[in-house]
Amino acid sequence: MVKTMENIITTENLEFAYLGADDSEPRIVLRGLDLEIEQGTFVAILGHNGSGKSTLAKHFNAILLPSGGRVLVCGADTSNEELVLEIRRRVGMVFQNPDNQIVATVVEEDVAFAPENLGYPSDEIRRRVDEALKNVGMYQYREHAPHLLSGGQKQRVAIAGVLAMEPQCVVFDEPTAMLDPKGRESIIKVIRNLRNNLGVTVVLITHHMDEAIYADRVIVMSEGKVLLDAAPREVFMDDKTLRQAGLDVPVTTSLLHKLKEDGFDLPLDALTVDECADAIFAAIG
Amino acid sequence: MLKDITLGQFFPGTTIVHRLDPRVKLVLTFVYITALFLAKGVLGYVLMALVLLTCSLLSKIGIKAILRGLKPIIIIILFTVVLNIFFIRGQTILFEYRFIVITREGLFTAAFMASRLLMLIIGTFLLTYTTSPIALTDGFEQMLSPLKKFRLPIHELAMMMSIALRFIPTLIEETDKIISAQKSRGADFESGGLIKRAKAILPLIIPLFISAFRRADELATAMESRCYNGGEGRTRMKVLHAEARDYIALACSAVVVTTVILLRGLAFGQI
Repeated sequence: MVKTMENIITTENLEFAYLGADDSEPRIVLRGLDLEIEQGTFVAILGHNGSGKSTLAKHFNAILLPSGGRVLVCGADTSNEELVLEIRRRVGMVFQNPDNQIVATVVEEDVAFAPENLGYPSDEIRRRVDEALKNVGMYQYREHAPHLLSGGQKQRVAIAGVLAMEPQCVVFDEPTAMLDPKGRESIIKVIRNLRNNLGVTVVLITHHMDEAIYADRVIVMSEGKVLLDAAPREVFMDDKTLRQAGLDVPVTTSLLHKLKEDGFDLPLDALTVDECADAIFAAIG
Repeated sequence: MLKDITLGQFFPGTTIVHRLDPRVKLVLTFVYITALFLAKGVLGYVLMALVLLTCSLLSKIGIKAILRGLKPIIIIILFTVVLNIFFIRGQTILFEYRFIVITREGLFTAAFMASRLLMLIIGTFLLTYTTSPIALTDGFEQMLSPLKKFRLPIHELAMMMSIALRFIPTLIEETDKIISAQKSRGADFESGGLIKRAKAILPLIIPLFISAFRRADELATAMESRCYNGGEGRTRMKVLHAEARDYIALACSAVVVTTVILLRGLAFGQI
């Protein structure tokens, strides 16, 4: 039991299949996953479309239940119906399309939705709403109508709506897929802030390599299985396996690889733009 | 073109009208409508117009917004006016040409009917302009919550209403996008007879429906992820409680209704 206390999410031989219509074969999506996600870490899950990464995410807060194996959240089995609300409070989830997550017509009322569902007294809800909005930098928009905000701002409101539950872990299911570059940047900033300053465990599902470089750990999925599971530097060195999973390497890594092929003596593990620039500067200078 | 729909539009603000308890506002609107139908004679109408004017000024809703809301119903009002002018036969004939007879009474009735309709609509707009749909559905839910004892799904109804209102602008935006997409591929929504136009709408309606269902599915998942579990055990951030201003507003409305009834007695310029 001690082990599961440190892990916020544990999957044990997790299998999942969507049942086909009538007699057709069920479509197997997850094929026996054993994962442990430690408290306070930032884990990125990468995979191309159909690799099962979103399906996996929906198991983390009991939206989907395993067809085989089990999922434990803070030691509690997600198939235990009595614990579902507590599991969902601890593991919040942010989805791709901000428009389809916002329930209310005023920003602060939307952020209040989850704590209202949990039955907190009204002054406690007020405190949580204000704090959540400040944490995503949307406090000054609290009385705005969400449909008049930009995509990135809407997504930040959606994140605040999850933070108002004061979760231990937030799972982001491709949160930037529908945003412009500016919106993407703002969301990544918020996500890093969660992990670095609020101590919230972050699981980021994405197919943007550049977003995964900030993670402590990168899990690459393909065909419902884990292909790679290591620190970002190691994962992105292995460009052969990444290409096999239908993924690209970050632009920085790909640049370094190309320069190296051309005979420059460069380290291949510089990930951020600054590190990459320094490495190239050192090589030329 | 679809942007003109202001149904259920809310203009956030902090005026006294905005801050009134939504339950009180619902009651006031109901009383206001009743008073409109009770009002008789020029004085009664002037009084109601003054009430409406005061409320609009207090709410600081611009004249533009109000007029924009009236656009879709202009035709109905014109129709009423025309009907009344030409078909009400009174004693004092002002104008006669063959079968067209315009009487003083007809003109009066037409003016009264038009102003009644206008005030009715502006008054209800004022309610939706100054009350967030959530506050409105909250007020509705709380006023009707005694009915929950009879197993009426009041919370669910209120939730459905507020989600519907929330998605109106989203779906309008989406419709605009689909119209542009279909037009750019040669779809023609504007010409042809009734049947042709009805057919042209199909490639608009079907994608809109599919997308609405997809949205509903995603929204349900997002709501579940945020611990939505029906109305039971749910609390509110903004608890409704009536304050001094609410009681004052109710008292004012009582005075207005009494005056309207009294004015009926000495109404001149009879209908």
